[in-house]
Amino acid sequence: MSDKEPVKSIITPTRTEYTYTPGPSAQRSLRALARGKLVGEICPSCNQVYYPPSGACARCGVATRDEVEVADKGTVTTYAIVRVPSENIDLELPYCTAHILLDGADIPFFGLIQECEWDAVRIGMRVEAVWKPESEWGLNAENIRYFRPTGEPDVPFEQFKEHL
Amino acid sequence: MPERCAVIGVGQTHHTAKRIDVSQAGLLREAALRALEDAGCQWSDIDAVVIGKAPDMFEGVMMPELFLAEALGCVGKPMFRVHTAGSVGGTTAIVASQLVKSGVHGRVLTVAYEKQSESNAMWALSIKIPFRQAIVAGAGGYFAPLIRGYMQRSKAPEDVGIRVALKDRQNALKNPYAHLKFPDIDFDQVANSPMLWDPIRYLETCPSSDGACALVIADEKHAAKAPKQPAWIQATAMRSEPTQFAGRDTVNPQASRDAADELWKKAEITNPREEIDCCEIYVPFSWFEPMWMESLRFAEEGSGWKMTYEGATALDGDLPVNMSGGVLSSNPIGASGMLRFAEAANQVRGEAGEHQVPGAKRALGHAYGGGSQFFSMWVVAQDPL
Ligand SMILES: [Zn+2]
Repeated sequence: MSDKEPVKSIITPTRTEYTYTPGPSAQRSLRALARGKLVGEICPSCNQVYYPPSGACARCGVATRDEVEVADKGTVTTYAIVRVPSENIDLELPYCTAHILLDGADIPFFGLIQECEWDAVRIGMRVEAVWKPESEWGLNAENIRYFRPTGEPDVPFEQFKEHL
Repeated sequence: MPERCAVIGVGQTHHTAKRIDVSQAGLLREAALRALEDAGCQWSDIDAVVIGKAPDMFEGVMMPELFLAEALGCVGKPMFRVHTAGSVGGTTAIVASQLVKSGVHGRVLTVAYEKQSESNAMWALSIKIPFRQAIVAGAGGYFAPLIRGYMQRSKAPEDVGIRVALKDRQNALKNPYAHLKFPDIDFDQVANSPMLWDPIRYLETCPSSDGACALVIADEKHAAKAPKQPAWIQATAMRSEPTQFAGRDTVNPQASRDAADELWKKAEITNPREEIDCCEIYVPFSWFEPMWMESLRFAEEGSGWKMTYEGATALDGDLPVNMSGGVLSSNPIGASGMLRFAEAANQVRGEAGEHQVPGAKRALGHAYGGGSQFFSMWVVAQDPL
């Protein structure tokens, strides 16, 4: 044995590559998104509108079927201001992530809020999508860069408290 | 007629940021040996082993149970792996108890662990999903908006989370196994700690820990011969629900309320606040104490924060919560649920040391996981039901 330090651990980076199959509903929705449209799907059982659609209503356990366009405007139902870096996330700190309930949808989705002071973001705030230039649109949610305040009056909490 | 069953042995490691002196197998074995000793058992007394941990990506080792069988003395014996995200430690203990309750086995060893220092859980929880925008920063990024939703609904004072964190961190000072200990912790230190995922502050957040927990669960025949007071498992309940569906109450999930209702019914409890002596619940971010107090029916919806405010959940309150210092003080994720179940068991066994609630006869152990979608809970007591 030498007087060298014992080896206690080694670092072995790993990476994973995979082929992702979005499924028919998400495919249709992504193709619509590439044309600048937000297309959700309706649950035939509870009539709730899902955006982005995953192909099924997890509440009812049935496939969603009919397509419906939802607005690129909505209401912030809750939010966080992120002040800590995270691997895999390439955003300048701090940034605001919000649950946004789009007009015409019945389930909020995670979106970014920008063009707003952090202490001015609030529950009930109305926001609209800011799109990338049309020439850069692809099959990706990042066609919408972020959401910004519309300046419309806030929506009362009572109206969406079931959609946090 | 199902068998009565009880926890007869409890073991855990000293939780810390990095256990570089042991492998995953060594870490598990440390907790298992302590549980066996506590139960007065040898490896040969154990009929089966049930192991649990959080997602494999947390260490980057797929199906680690494949190489852990020999360290856990289960060569030639049945071995099971359980997986329900952050609640897994609780679920694992319940699965072990069911193997005894059903009469299949007489004594089962159950072990849960995480060695977070071997990889990066925040990375594992922030995987880029194709076609979507990568913006949710780990567990804190996911849960912060839900906490804000609770604050809005309940109109709770803004310092409730600070008070919970202060209480849990003070309790941790009495727990020799706790990872985070701040001897001079006070309100201002918590209040002035940096916002990580606003409204969650640094000192309102759980750490990343290496650690393990183990229990020996026995049937009535073996429990009668145990060297210490057994913790009789009076009731268990589990529920799950999807991460996302229209109308889902992410703040107070249906699965949580349903599991609690089933648990109280099975334990023949009609007024949990009166009939439970102390609780050890899964609070990875401080505001989850009032949120779960409501969901578990200890308080009316919108008023769980008053229990914190009035000192009811303090170690000397009428319903002490997280006597051990909780997840806020030690978080080896896969073991975190089992540590809650173990603390509940130790309280009714009179084995909780400096953080013992005097005269605790019946206690709740609770865990949750995923996006507030998996729930596991049990009631343990000095006497069988
Ligand atoms: Zn439906």
